[in-house]
Amino acid sequence: MSTVAVTQAEMEQPWVQPSKGRVAMFCLIIAESAIFTIFVVAYVYNIGKSLYGPTPQQVLEVPIFNSICLLSSSLTIWLAERAIERNQVKNFGLWWAVTFILGAIFLVGTGVEWHKLIYEDGLTISTNLFGTTFYSLVGLHASHVIIGLCMLMVVLLFTITGHVREEHAERIQVLALYWHFVDAVWIVVFTVVYILGR
Amino acid sequence: MADSTYPIPGAVEAPSRRWSQAAVLEWLNSWVTTVDHKKLGILYIVYAIFFLLVGGAEAIAIRIQLIQPNMHFLSPQVFNRIFTMHGTTMVFLFGMTYIFGFANYLIPLMIGARDMAFPRLNALSFWLTFFGGILLYYSFIGGGGLYGAGNAPDVMWWAYAPLTERAFSPGHAPDYWALSLIVTGFGTIGASINVISTAFCMRCKGMTLMRLPLLVWVMTVASGLALITITPLTAAQVMLLIDRYLGGHFFDTQAGGSAMIWAHFFWIFGHPEVYVLVLPAFAIANEVIPVFSRKAMFGYPAVVASSVAIAFVSLGVWAHHMFTIGMTSVGNAFFVLSTELVGIPTAIKIFNWLATMWGGKIRFATPMLFCTAFVIQFLLAGLTGIILSIAPWNWQLHNSYFVIAHFHYILVGAIAFCIFGGIYYWYPKVTGRMLSEKLGKWHFWLFVIGFHITFDVMHIPGILGMPRSIYTYEADRGWGTLNMIVSIGGIIQAIAVLIFAWNLISSYFKGKIAGNDPWDAWTLEWSTPSPPPVYNFATDPVVTSRRPLWDLKHPDDPDWHYE
Repeated sequence: MSTVAVTQAEMEQPWVQPSKGRVAMFCLIIAESAIFTIFVVAYVYNIGKSLYGPTPQQVLEVPIFNSICLLSSSLTIWLAERAIERNQVKNFGLWWAVTFILGAIFLVGTGVEWHKLIYEDGLTISTNLFGTTFYSLVGLHASHVIIGLCMLMVVLLFTITGHVREEHAERIQVLALYWHFVDAVWIVVFTVVYILGR
Repeated sequence: MADSTYPIPGAVEAPSRRWSQAAVLEWLNSWVTTVDHKKLGILYIVYAIFFLLVGGAEAIAIRIQLIQPNMHFLSPQVFNRIFTMHGTTMVFLFGMTYIFGFANYLIPLMIGARDMAFPRLNALSFWLTFFGGILLYYSFIGGGGLYGAGNAPDVMWWAYAPLTERAFSPGHAPDYWALSLIVTGFGTIGASINVISTAFCMRCKGMTLMRLPLLVWVMTVASGLALITITPLTAAQVMLLIDRYLGGHFFDTQAGGSAMIWAHFFWIFGHPEVYVLVLPAFAIANEVIPVFSRKAMFGYPAVVASSVAIAFVSLGVWAHHMFTIGMTSVGNAFFVLSTELVGIPTAIKIFNWLATMWGGKIRFATPMLFCTAFVIQFLLAGLTGIILSIAPWNWQLHNSYFVIAHFHYILVGAIAFCIFGGIYYWYPKVTGRMLSEKLGKWHFWLFVIGFHITFDVMHIPGILGMPRSIYTYEADRGWGTLNMIVSIGGIIQAIAVLIFAWNLISSYFKGKIAGNDPWDAWTLEWSTPSPPPVYNFATDPVVTSRRPLWDLKHPDDPDWHYE
């Protein structure tokens, strides 16, 4: 009869399951990682295979400032997450806005870099193999930054209009998970493009 | 009694049988805007069966063209298009959708949930898949006008670059191929995320992970595998489109790009895809075989573990499609060994099914017939797989009809058989009526005979050297009679499928009333009325074992005594 007792004890425990938002975001991140992996592999495989210039050594500058901005935005968004958990909506709005600005600075930096590459160095997506792989990999990352910024912007608008409260903490953390992923991918892209590739 | 204050039953106005415009629009609206997992599941299944018929018709066209030497039924160009569309349709529009049909319909019912985790994402995923299919077939229409329409894909379903680059494939055929598969791919990603979130987060009280019905487990593993295999294909197709439209050089050997990298990217999708398709077939067999053997599934943890193992190992075997591409001998050896490794978890599964049947009181109703044939044919397909996975043999047999015979043995002999079994098994739940057993037996026996005539014989012209993808052949090769037999087998299968389609339609109107639990099964979906109401369960179920309905039916000897 001991089994009966065990089962009854088991039934009285609270029934908890993982948050579906988090599970879904982790799944999305796994899928996105596979996409990035393919583009990174294509980049690494094709390093130095361009038959004609310009080469990465000639034209690429290491975007240190940009990278610092993007990576520190992971910290600020974490501070924002912590603030909303403790129901400090004002602090949350502040850190969220800082995150948005840091992300926007990164995007502008990418734009400036691309402008220089296209108009001064004459490197476009069709110039050579380096151009093709560079713009597609960095562009894939930049497009994820843009999507992230759009979502940050929406939350920011809701915060300004006073619609964000403590009970939204979990949804905001799910969104922040995406932003952390975009940051983490940048470490890979940065390493591959600006360190290995040069 | 005419002055009764209560409306007399029967005298109430009968629902109008006439199809008024408003009624039709309302009916359409209810399906187009639905977010109910059961309706979306039915939509997926109907969509899959529709494309099974379309892809089957294309297969018949191919077989008529090859029925004897020097046929001129199809021109070479049309043959290539039909050929490409057959493969693409069967893999992406039939194969990838039946999974989510079964998963959508069954998972919430089996885990005691009221809907999927994200109902609107669910609807979005279906309609993305739907419009992806429309886009693929739209390419047939238009006769070369309207922005290159009438330019159906003729690049084969693997679309090897650089043959799909602008230089070799002008027009829009590869674009239709890539774009429509990107769209259906997004649908697949959404649906997979939904399945995984549902299985992990929507379980009813007491449904621990080790009590999940095996179908839910295996569907979840397949969805996880789909997440990491569909995406590389999407990435590769984006690269192809960059090459074709933005002048990129990924696969352009003239500018230093590589043709081999497409093969790698395609097969790193393409091989695990086989397991994405076959795991849900296993999932169906895992439900059908125990119920019709009147025994609990043998070795539940082993079934779960072997499914996860198959998913992992399958990610490391893709280059066995590329032994002839000129890899290093170390590369060849690695992929030979990793491919053979898949044999271990699949063998575990086969032994689990056999051990479940062993000593059971087997009832050979139609679902069980299909699943029994599946076990045998899956074993045979695995044996020819071993032949193909050995590099030197592969060099001999590569791109021959032997390969076609092998993978159709899996895709038809395993996957299609399980799908048919699954439809016979769950049709009563979905519609409230049984499929006709008599027509079902006709369907089964014609299909199994046609299948073996076609695909057993097809190995022989492959060994004799008949290459795949050729639109005709000379009479002096000695393949004529064999191809005639193969084509006749194909036509027998087509007749069987038509009987099946007729059974689906006629039983919907005239089938025997099923009741809640016609098969005396054990999983939660059979505790609901057939068809289940909108939110599935009146009260949230509580589960104490892997076979909740067994516990209900046998309170004196419940399962959790033994688990």
